[in-house]
Amino acid sequence: MPVYIGKRLLVAIPTLLIISIFVFSLQKLLPGDPILAMAGEERDPATLEFLRQKYHLNDPIVTQYFSWLGGILTGDFGISLRTNQPVLELIGQKLPVTIQLAVMAMFFAIVIGIPIGILAAVKKNTWIDYLANIVALTGLSIPNFWLGIMLILLVSVQLGWLPASGYESIFVDPVRSLQTMVMPAFVLGNALAATLMRHTRSAMVGVMSSDYIRTARAKGLSPRQIVLSHSFRNALLPVVTLLALLFGELLAGAVLTEQIFTIPGFGKMTVDAVFNRDYAVVQGIVLCTAVGFILMNLLADIAYVLLNPRLRATL
Amino acid sequence: MTMAQNQILSVRNLTTSFLVDGEWKSVVRNVSFDVGPGETVAIVGESGSGKSVTSLSVMRLLAPDFSRIEGSVMLAGRDLLSISEKEMRGVRGNDVSMIFQEPMTSLNPIFTIGRQISEVLTRHKGMSNRQARAETVKLLEKVRIPNATARFDDYPHQFSGGMRQRVMIAMALASKPKLLIADEPTTALDVTIQGQILDLIKVLQEEEGMSVLFITHDMGVVAEIADRTIVMYRGEQVESGPTEEIFHRGKHPYTRALLSAVPKLGSMQDRHWPTRFPVVDITNGEAAEPVEVANTVDTRKTPVLSVKNLVTRFGVHSGLLARKTGAVHAVENVSFELFQGETLSLVGESGCGKSTTGRSIMRLIEPTSGEVALDGYDVLRLDQFGLRNMRKTIQMIFQDPFSSLNPRMTVGAAVSEPFIKHRLGTAKQAREKTADLLRKVGLSPDMAGRYPHEFSGGQRQRIAIARALSLDPKVIVADESVSALDVSIKAQVCNLLLDLQQSLNLAFLFISHDMAVVERVSHRVAVMYLGEIVEIGPRAAVFDNPQHPYTKKLMAAVPVPDPARRGIRRGISNDELKSPVRPLGYQPPQRQYREVSAGHLVQVE
Repeated sequence: MPVYIGKRLLVAIPTLLIISIFVFSLQKLLPGDPILAMAGEERDPATLEFLRQKYHLNDPIVTQYFSWLGGILTGDFGISLRTNQPVLELIGQKLPVTIQLAVMAMFFAIVIGIPIGILAAVKKNTWIDYLANIVALTGLSIPNFWLGIMLILLVSVQLGWLPASGYESIFVDPVRSLQTMVMPAFVLGNALAATLMRHTRSAMVGVMSSDYIRTARAKGLSPRQIVLSHSFRNALLPVVTLLALLFGELLAGAVLTEQIFTIPGFGKMTVDAVFNRDYAVVQGIVLCTAVGFILMNLLADIAYVLLNPRLRATL
Repeated sequence: MTMAQNQILSVRNLTTSFLVDGEWKSVVRNVSFDVGPGETVAIVGESGSGKSVTSLSVMRLLAPDFSRIEGSVMLAGRDLLSISEKEMRGVRGNDVSMIFQEPMTSLNPIFTIGRQISEVLTRHKGMSNRQARAETVKLLEKVRIPNATARFDDYPHQFSGGMRQRVMIAMALASKPKLLIADEPTTALDVTIQGQILDLIKVLQEEEGMSVLFITHDMGVVAEIADRTIVMYRGEQVESGPTEEIFHRGKHPYTRALLSAVPKLGSMQDRHWPTRFPVVDITNGEAAEPVEVANTVDTRKTPVLSVKNLVTRFGVHSGLLARKTGAVHAVENVSFELFQGETLSLVGESGCGKSTTGRSIMRLIEPTSGEVALDGYDVLRLDQFGLRNMRKTIQMIFQDPFSSLNPRMTVGAAVSEPFIKHRLGTAKQAREKTADLLRKVGLSPDMAGRYPHEFSGGQRQRIAIARALSLDPKVIVADESVSALDVSIKAQVCNLLLDLQQSLNLAFLFISHDMAVVERVSHRVAVMYLGEIVEIGPRAAVFDNPQHPYTKKLMAAVPVPDPARRGIRRGISNDELKSPVRPLGYQPPQRQYREVSAGHLVQVE
C-alpha cells in the first residue's frame, strides 16, 4: 500500500507542474498591470521602473516562472497586494474555516444521501422511491443562495435558534462554532446529498439485480445482510469516485455559501482577491485547490482499492 | 398421495404468473412432478419453456411484487408456498440449495470465497466463525479444490470459471441440503470442464445421498445425469418419465422433435459429406431422413483463402509505466487452406485462439506476422482502401444475434447498409437486393421495415446472415454463429448455412466449440489448443481416428444424448485449461507435423 500511495503521489507531480504553469500564465494573460495597480496614483516612470526591477518583472518569462516556482517550493507564495500579509499566512487563516464547512457539508450529504439512496433502491418503484426522488429533485433544483436566505429568515430571524452569520473557531468555542456552521453546511450539503442519493440508488439497483445477490438470497440470508453487507459494499465503489468529484462542486458552492452567511473562509477570500486583482492570493488559492482536489482523488483511489479486492491484488 | 409423502420434493399444479403491463401472464402452467430421495430429475426445454422459472418458483426467489405462484410445493411434507418469507429463508440454502449458470457472476466479487461459503454455516448451522472455517476447508476439499486451506482467503476473481462453479457447489452442499437445484450449472463452461463438474455432482450426490433437480437445455447432459426427465415446452410440462423412456419411446411430438434436432457426436460415421439436420414436423414429431448434401468442394482450384504461419500476440502490460511484461500468444504459427465451397471448422475451448484467428484473417485484429492470401488479396499488406475492398470478399457472422444488430436500425437498413456503403448500386437496387436476401435466408421481404427486437434469436441470426451475404462474399467467417441458439433453431440455421453453401458455393470458416455441430457441417476440421493447430484433416479422419491427446480428450468430454451411458464416469482429471500467456522473450518451439492419412496432420509432441 505505501508503495501504491508513493507511486500515485509521483504521478501527481506532473499534474501539479502543469497547473503551476497555468496559474503562472494566468497572471501574465489577464488584462491590467499589477505595477500600475500597486503604484496607485503614482505615474512617475522611474518609480514604475524601480518597482518592475524590484519584482523582477523585466526578467525573461521563463526565469520569472522558475524563480516563482522556487518560491512556491520553499513556501513563499508571495505577498498580498492588499493586506501586505504573506499569502501562505492568509491561506493558513482561512483554509481551516472552509475545511470545517466542507467536512460538515460532506457529512450532511452522506448522512442524508446514502441512506435515502439505499432505501429508494430497496423499495424500488414504490411510493417511498418516488418520494425520495421528489425530495432529491427538489434539493437539486433549489438554488443554494435562496435556500440559505430562507433558512436565515426562518431559523435565525423568526425562531432565533441559530446565529444568522459569523464564525467561531472550533478550537476556541466548539459549541458556538457548530452553531454558526450548521446552517451553511446543511445548505451546502443539500445539493450534494441529492446527487449522492441518485447515484447510490442507481448503483444499488444495479447491484441488487446481479447474480451474486440472487446467490445470497438462495443461501437464505436475511434482507438486512443482503442489503447492507452483500449489496452496499459493492454499490459503494462508484459512489466513492463520485464523492471525490463532488469535492470540486463543494468548493464552488462554498464561495456562494460563505458570502451568504458572511463566513470569513476560503470562498470569501477568493471572491475578494479576484475583485481586488490580488494576483498572488488568487494564485495561492488556485494552487491550494488543485492540491486539495488531487488529494481527494488520491483518497478516493485508495478507498477504491481497499474496497475492491481485484485491484488490491494488483498492488 | 402416499407416493407423494415419500418424496423429497413434490410439486403439484404449479402455475407461475408474471405481472406484465398490469396484466398477469402465466409463464408456467400446471406443472406437477416428484423428486424422490437420492434421485436426479431433469427439467429440459428450450429458452422460454419455463424451466428456470419453475426452479425459481420452488425456491420462491422471484420478486414477490411481480410474480404469483399457485399450486403446491411440498418439501418433505412441508408446503413451501404457505410458509412465511422468514420461514422460507430458513429453508433456502439449508434444506434446498441452488447453483446457477453463470459461475463468473454468481459469487460476490468483494468477499473471499471462504467467507461466502462459511456464511451458510454460520447462518443455518449456528457455527462459530472458527468452526465454519474448518468445515469450509473440508467442503473445498470435497469439491476437489487444490490447496483448500490456502485458498480460503482468495477472492472469486482468482479462480477460473470451473473452479468458481466448484465453490458454488461447496456453498450449496455446506448445510447438507435434502435437495440441490442445479440451474444450467455447466452451460457456461468449456466442454472438458463441464465433464468434470458433471462427474463431481454425480459423485457428491452419491456421497451425500441428496436429491438433485437439474435444469438444462442440453439433451446430452440429461442423458448422462437424470433418472427421470420432464420435458417442458412453452410453460407446459409436455412429457415426463424415466429418461430411457423419454429418449427411446418419447410420445409427445415436441419431445421427438427436440431429440432429433440434437446433434449426436459420432452420428456421421458412414457419411462422406456434410449432412442436413432432419426436419421435424412439430405436430406429429415425424422426422424426415437427414439429407446428405452434394459435394461443393473442388480442391483442384487454388484455395480461396490461404493462411501461412499466422501469428497474433497481445502484449501483457503491468506496473506503473505499463511496461510490457509478457504476451498472450493467441495465435501461434497457424497455417491452413480453405477452398471455394468448403467448410473448415476451427474447434477448441475458450482461449484456444479460434476466434482471434478468424478476426486476424479479416484484420479486425492486427496480426503480428504471417501471410494471408484471400482471393488474390495479400491481406496483411493492404492499406485502408484495399482493406475496404477486401471485405467484400470476406464477411463475418457473430455469436450473439441480440447484440450484433443495431437496435435502432430497421432490418432492411442493416441488411442493405454494406451494399449502399460500398456503392454497389442505386437505392432501388439495394431494396431489391435486400428483399432477395431476406427471401434467401427464409424470411419475408416485407419484414424489412421492422426492428430487431421484433424478431426471435433464430430470426435475428438469419438477418445477420443476410447482412453478411449482401456483398456477395466468397468466404464467411461464422464465429460461434449457432452456439447461442436453441437446439431446434440451431438445426434450422445450420441447414440454412448448408443450403447457402450449395446455392452460392460459399466457403465457411466455421468457428465453434460444439463438436457435434462441427461434425455435422464440416468438410475439414482443425483442432486448436493454446493458439496452435494440433490436428487438422478431413472431418471423417479427425473424428473417426483422432490422434492428438487433446483431440481425444475433447471428444471424450462431449456429453452424448444416450441414456445408456448414464453412470459413466469419465475420470477426467482436475486439469484447468492452460493459459497462452508467456513471459517476455519466449520462443515458441518449432512444431513438427506427422501425416496420418491424406491431408490428416497431427502435431508431434
